[in-house]
Amino acid sequence: MRRGAAQMHRLPSLYLFAIFAFVAGVGAAWADDPTFVAKGEYLARAGDCIACHTSPGGALFAGGRPMATPFGTIYSSNITPDKETGIGAWTADQFYGAMHTGRFPDGGLIYPVMPFGSYTKVTRDDSDAIFAYLRSVPAVHQPDRSTDLRFPYNNRQLILGWRTLFFTEGEYQPDPSKSAEWNRGAYLVEGLGHCAMCHSPINALGGTSESKAFEGGLIPMQNWYAPSLTSNKEAGLGEWTIEEIVDLLRKGVSHRGAVYGPMAEVTFNNLQYLSDADIQAMAVYLKSLGQGTPPGAEVSGIPAPESSLLLSFGQTVYDTHCASCHAKDGRGMPPDYPPLADNPSIQMESSVNPVRMVLNGGFPPGTAGNPMPYGMPPFAQTLSDDEVAAVVTYIRTAWGNRGSAVSSRQANELRTAPLD
Amino acid sequence: MPLGTRHNRKRRDNSSNGVRIRKGWCGPAVVFVSLMFCPAAVAPAQPTERAPDTMEARLRACEPCHGRQGEGTNNPYFPRLAGKPAGYLMNQLVAFRDGRRRYPPMNYLLEYQSDSFLRKIADYLAALRPPPVTQTVADVSSALLARGRSLVAEGDRAHGVPPCSGCHGPKLTGMEPGIPGLVGLRANYISAQLGAFRYGTRTAADPDCMQLVAASLSESDVTAVAAWLASLPIPANPSPVPQGTLQMPLGCGSEPQ
Repeated sequence: MRRGAAQMHRLPSLYLFAIFAFVAGVGAAWADDPTFVAKGEYLARAGDCIACHTSPGGALFAGGRPMATPFGTIYSSNITPDKETGIGAWTADQFYGAMHTGRFPDGGLIYPVMPFGSYTKVTRDDSDAIFAYLRSVPAVHQPDRSTDLRFPYNNRQLILGWRTLFFTEGEYQPDPSKSAEWNRGAYLVEGLGHCAMCHSPINALGGTSESKAFEGGLIPMQNWYAPSLTSNKEAGLGEWTIEEIVDLLRKGVSHRGAVYGPMAEVTFNNLQYLSDADIQAMAVYLKSLGQGTPPGAEVSGIPAPESSLLLSFGQTVYDTHCASCHAKDGRGMPPDYPPLADNPSIQMESSVNPVRMVLNGGFPPGTAGNPMPYGMPPFAQTLSDDEVAAVVTYIRTAWGNRGSAVSSRQANELRTAPLD
Repeated sequence: MPLGTRHNRKRRDNSSNGVRIRKGWCGPAVVFVSLMFCPAAVAPAQPTERAPDTMEARLRACEPCHGRQGEGTNNPYFPRLAGKPAGYLMNQLVAFRDGRRRYPPMNYLLEYQSDSFLRKIADYLAALRPPPVTQTVADVSSALLARGRSLVAEGDRAHGVPPCSGCHGPKLTGMEPGIPGLVGLRANYISAQLGAFRYGTRTAADPDCMQLVAASLSESDVTAVAAWLASLPIPANPSPVPQGTLQMPLGCGSEPQ
């Protein structure tokens, strides 16, 4: 009841009821407090629990969503309050243990596809609130599917090695030299938001070293590149205004660019529901990450004569297919048709994202702040590999953009990238 | 003037952002020099123009496969969308979004859209009446065409196949709100859909009537129906008949009865 008591200080109206509940032997009255449950629901949003723990068309939080990894497929678990197949028999201590230490109540090791490396930073109180919320959703009887991991990855003991290399346990420690807002943003980005899961390079062991946090990386299996949040040359937001960052995160579109690919899901499921103060705090923190890294010159692997041919051909393709929305000068019609000139997302070292946008098109997510987004056509049917390579080379280098040339082989390889 | 009007936005964009110079040493007085020597240091001016506030401008994403007015394109696998009943289009948009109808490029495009936006898309496309695209004559035998005609108009009682016209209307222009027209589609698309119903990659609300119908058709029946339907011209009035006009031969979860 220690935690319950701590919570009660903040919720005096429930104090008497809680004492009654304690006397009556019910215990954990805080867990039924609607305010506390609502806080948990909000935090579960911030942690985007739903994205992994609900399979498409399946019951809320009943798990079973396949998570493809380079080591095989792992299925997310049932976190509804069903006693046999969910977490209905867990205590708040055990739930915190899973979040904080990455271990099941029986001590078993959780696969690091669950971002406990980030969730370890979540406070006990927030963990309890999420647990209270999860106990309030309908219980669903649905046994977890076992993993389809290849040998030797199907041996859970290997996680011990992974943990030694990549896992540091511990709640978020505020930096006293920074503002409360900055610290709140850091807590959300590094903790519940688990942004580093995608926005950091993943090495061959499926881990991310802390020194490279937020430096960007190709998301395994999905073939989207999650840009660096520290380099202004990529998605480092040091040169963006707070308003632009807030718009991008919450509406999904801004005057500087739009979210797409896996980030569209994050905005759709999670960021659009966060409070003004929390989004603002995340923006302040993200902006601070992107400072002090001026863009360097790009070196293209493609010989100069070939890339100048690509460029002039690319301009023809651009003027025919792209300029009516993105404008001849690449300024677009933001925030509806995003700008390509000075858009870091186009110029990153990895050309995966612009090539995929041209091939697959896409809509920014439909959000409360942008309920009727403008979509981009897929050009996979219309343009040949050569045309895709040429037009992407053009947009990466025109108007002062500093990306490198793209070959038609690269364009061809991404035609088969998965769309789900 | 209320906040957020176009004029207001224009003015705000104009006033807050001209040509901005990012680096201190590339000062405004040396714009020309900076253009030459530090091109990345010059941020483009914020444009003043917004995209047209129309559904057409929002749905450019649909154009390459379905045409600018939903009239269809030369690719025979992509259907005409214009003029189909709004309820039917909404059911399909939701089914693509939620994965009940599997086609990765469509599933991907609609994955993060709200019901209310999908409803607007459905209403918009349902109201369009672009001229028909040229129909191509399917290269099949006259016997097969005759079989197709008979299945469409009369069905095949012995094999439990109801006539298409029983639900899709005597002119095959569909019925409000949930039953699509079958004219103006190409044979490849129709046979692909019948296959998808049969193998479960396209599903609808229970009872999934088309799953039952497609399962009762033989391979050659599918070819025959597709060829015959594709040979029909779009009638002068392509609108679906009103809800309840037809006494449907079987229950369909997509059509309120």
